[in-house]
Amino acid sequence: MSGRPRPEPVQAVKQRRDTALRALIGQVPMIGYMGVTFDRRGDELTAVMGFDEKLIGNPFLPALHGGATATFLEIAAIVELSFQAMWDDIESGRLDPEAPGRIAMPKTIDFTVDYLRSGLPRDAYARARVNRSGRRYASVHVEAWQDNRDRLFAQATAHFLMPPRG
Amino acid sequence: MALSEADRQRIARQFIEAIPFSRALGMELKEVGEGVAVISMPWNEALVGDPETGVIHGGAVSALMDTCGGAAVLSAAPDGGATATLDLRIDYMRAARPGAVITARAECHHMTRTVAFVRASAWDDDAADRPVATAHGAFTVSGGAA
Repeated sequence: MSGRPRPEPVQAVKQRRDTALRALIGQVPMIGYMGVTFDRRGDELTAVMGFDEKLIGNPFLPALHGGATATFLEIAAIVELSFQAMWDDIESGRLDPEAPGRIAMPKTIDFTVDYLRSGLPRDAYARARVNRSGRRYASVHVEAWQDNRDRLFAQATAHFLMPPRG
Repeated sequence: MALSEADRQRIARQFIEAIPFSRALGMELKEVGEGVAVISMPWNEALVGDPETGVIHGGAVSALMDTCGGAAVLSAAPDGGATATLDLRIDYMRAARPGAVITARAECHHMTRTVAFVRASAWDDDAADRPVATAHGAFTVSGGAA
């Protein structure tokens, strides 16, 4: 009698997920330019923007540029949405992590960013939540903080046009 | 105190040169004054958001709109005033042509002692009548000689 299939070794699972995430991030030049990386725990992603002098918008305070913050939020939202859309294919093995090909990305329809306090010259973190993901459209909320998870410095809501499913 | 046109141009130019992120993105101030600013940003491979099309990441367009909005507010604010973005909404109407310079024009259409309201649009090449994106937002207004 065979019950449920024997679970895969943990390393194989992790490697498949990490390779897929790396392929997704690696194909977008702007993510590298901004120095944004992702911390993954299961299917939960935290975007990290390491501080760099070029991200400053107000050198007198100093504070992060609103555009740098907006870019960070948009990156976090798109990667979350794309990774979620890929998840089933990653888990089932339909997506070959060694040769995922070019991963089609959602297109931003609109983006509304709310600046709650000035961004300090240090690392920033963001997590996105997909509130609705249909065949064509998706709505994503994203929050960013620095030292304290409960003290957001910015948040955004965005709508995306999903790529056609192949 | 009224600023001369030359003063206004100088202040705005210094404003953009003093902003590391705007400088990193290659922004260039084209016009400023009376609550209006025009800023351009060259296409750069490093700023691409969609590898399939070579289209610039929305965040770079946000940064351009934000900088342009801030410049428009400062050009209308009292001398020595400061501003920060409260919120900004951007609508992406179409993809910008890869390789094309993107130009944004922001207009501060209403200002109180504490808040400035801004509208902006951005286009590629010379197609000002066919925006790639439009934006509107609210900015803080503080400081300056009343």
